[in-house]
Amino acid sequence: MTTLAICGGRLVDPAAGMDAAKDILLKDGRVAEIAGPGKLKNAEGAEVLDATGLVVAPGLVDIHVHLREPGQAYKETIATGTAAAAAGGFTSVAAMPNTTPVNDSPEITRWMQAPERGALVRVFPVAAATRGSKGEVINDYAALKSAGAVAVTDDGRPILKDGMMRETLAAAARVGLTVIQHAEDTRMTQGASMNLGPVSFKLGLRGMPPEAESSMVERDIRLVAELRESHPHLHVAHTSTAAALAAVRQARRNGLRVTCEVTPHHFLLTEEHVGLYNTHAKMNPPLRSAADRDAMIEGILDGVVDAIATDHAPHAMHEKEIEFELAPNGITGLETALGLCLRWLHNEWKIPLGRVLSLLSAQPAALLGLKGRGTLTVGSFGDVVVFDPKAEWTYLATESKSKAKNTPFDGWAMLGKVRWTVSEGRVVYGGA
Amino acid sequence: MKPAIPTTRHQRSTPPAPVSSFPYHPGSLLSVLDLTVDGVSQLLIRATKLDNEDPIVRDHVLAKRRIALLFYESSTRTRTSFELACKALGADTTLVSSLSSSIEKGESLKDTGLTLRALGAEAIILRHNSSGAAWLLEESTRLPVINAGDGMHEHPTQALLDLRTILTHLRPGLAGVAPDTLAGVTVMITGDILHSRVARSNMLLLPRVGARVLLCGPKELLPEQAARSGPDIEIERDFDAALAQSQAVMMLRIQAERLAGLQLDLDEYKRNYQLTGQRLAAHAPTAVVLHPGPIIRGMEITAGVADGVQSAILEQVTNGLAIRMAVMERALTAEDGGRA
Repeated sequence: MTTLAICGGRLVDPAAGMDAAKDILLKDGRVAEIAGPGKLKNAEGAEVLDATGLVVAPGLVDIHVHLREPGQAYKETIATGTAAAAAGGFTSVAAMPNTTPVNDSPEITRWMQAPERGALVRVFPVAAATRGSKGEVINDYAALKSAGAVAVTDDGRPILKDGMMRETLAAAARVGLTVIQHAEDTRMTQGASMNLGPVSFKLGLRGMPPEAESSMVERDIRLVAELRESHPHLHVAHTSTAAALAAVRQARRNGLRVTCEVTPHHFLLTEEHVGLYNTHAKMNPPLRSAADRDAMIEGILDGVVDAIATDHAPHAMHEKEIEFELAPNGITGLETALGLCLRWLHNEWKIPLGRVLSLLSAQPAALLGLKGRGTLTVGSFGDVVVFDPKAEWTYLATESKSKAKNTPFDGWAMLGKVRWTVSEGRVVYGGA
Repeated sequence: MKPAIPTTRHQRSTPPAPVSSFPYHPGSLLSVLDLTVDGVSQLLIRATKLDNEDPIVRDHVLAKRRIALLFYESSTRTRTSFELACKALGADTTLVSSLSSSIEKGESLKDTGLTLRALGAEAIILRHNSSGAAWLLEESTRLPVINAGDGMHEHPTQALLDLRTILTHLRPGLAGVAPDTLAGVTVMITGDILHSRVARSNMLLLPRVGARVLLCGPKELLPEQAARSGPDIEIERDFDAALAQSQAVMMLRIQAERLAGLQLDLDEYKRNYQLTGQRLAAHAPTAVVLHPGPIIRGMEITAGVADGVQSAILEQVTNGLAIRMAVMERALTAEDGGRA
């Protein structure tokens, strides 16, 4: 194992309350030492990265990505998806189970983490909550957890039946796993391809009402309250409506363990960005109204939002070059998250850098209990992102490390360029 | 924990709405919004001119130009009318329909369009069951694309022929239009607004030449947000009250194929919204009655009204031919096409 010294940078580690000029030494994949500026540049046998003028922060943690393996390698592979993650500054990604077959077994969970997959950063599988994500038979959570699963979900599909969701929450609580819910009452969204409102009417598209999300979140919170004694942890994926966020806020006030994430596209874009049937603005949950978008920003400001997650959902080019109603849901996001968060959350809306980074690392890591991730205290994993906080650049989808190019952010101005990404002590992006 | 961040809710800047690059081709007609009022006026004038032209002279307007009709949905009026309009101008047409082509084998809209272009098609007339399909086809082929109806979205040539019909009755002798041509005129559209591309195109076109559009129908078929689609669009749920305010009455068919599980009491619908001779005589005795077809006699309209003196339903069909000649001439000759 090499020894790596990152010297001369501004070390921002929100979990440790650190924001100061520091050198950091990574040894055997872990953080070995933190010292004053210039102190570690002659560390014995260390390769040195000169971080003068750069921010040195915990590697980013994305708790919602689709890496498409097993079974959909034409869209993305674990190797290409994690290469995109590394390029975006992410060192930990939680991979959703809607693969082919669905990841509902310890075998697939282990397969995804095997070295043969060629992952550049750490992959944490999220296993299916029910067999085949069909919402009928509950999986063996203890076995999945010991195989490495960090949460359970039927992402892409909601767990509709009250009884099944209650059973899922209870069973997951017994083994200490989080239940991630894709909150959508699919009975209200049949045939719909965007948010329900004046824009969907104008475009002649069937719309998904905001209540399809919020009613499911409210139902789930009711179940968490009923099961209060067993302390279930509900995590609401890709929250997109003001009403759902309000329900989460209230649940927290009531002392329930309910967390939520918001994607960059839901705090930046609205249904207007569908434009004239741009399939790169089609995802589920859909882009919502300006009022909902504003509520996401408020939620980030006031702290009810626990994490920024990308819902990185790669698709092959030909799958998106079809009729809007027929195109699959989802956009990529791993390479644009940091640049958008710094450009908008930090620079435009004045959220302190440490808080933005916390939403992208410390908080999501804590939320899923990823020990030693999302922080750079001595003994933690040597997961680091080094970026130039002042660099302005333009994102070009054609240059993506992902197999897919389906992004609405092609050609957008970004702030903060990743110089190096280091995963467990190894430079995985940026070279020497 | 309460962060000490000033709330800047009202002056917060957010990413701007996207700028459209459609239509790519100046001859395309994807939406009525692609046309300026002057562009609409030019089309109406050309329609009359071509309609009255010597057929031998007319035959040279688009002599031997190649036009493809690409139809993913069944159609009587629109397809025949486009085809006859193209042929009247001397163009060669070919019809590709989804049920007798490689579309059945899974060929995409993009590839079908590119194939037609490679075969020499200079313009494509598209009827498709998916909203927005015409935009995809235009982006893929960069040919002039004429939207002959896309899902529940738009049917611009229908709105243009409806306008021509309304003008014939309410502004006889007028050749073109201006932003105030139909000032003081209320056009009501009744029925299945939600699923109707005819309603959407008319709602967006008629107010731009001065008309007020009054929408009428039950909540399931006429959501409140319809009134927010553009200026001068209002909702009046009482059919008789709407009739009393209108000089043109447009009836729509209940589109059983698009109801998608919506439960509708058809007897109640007829009771509330069927256009009968009695109602017409009582509330709108001089209004012109329109219907884009196909009509379902005894459902949204009685046979007596459909065949009655106030009905302009067959005039609409005839006007379609004239309008479509003008639209196809524009598609293949116009330099800026009166683009908005």
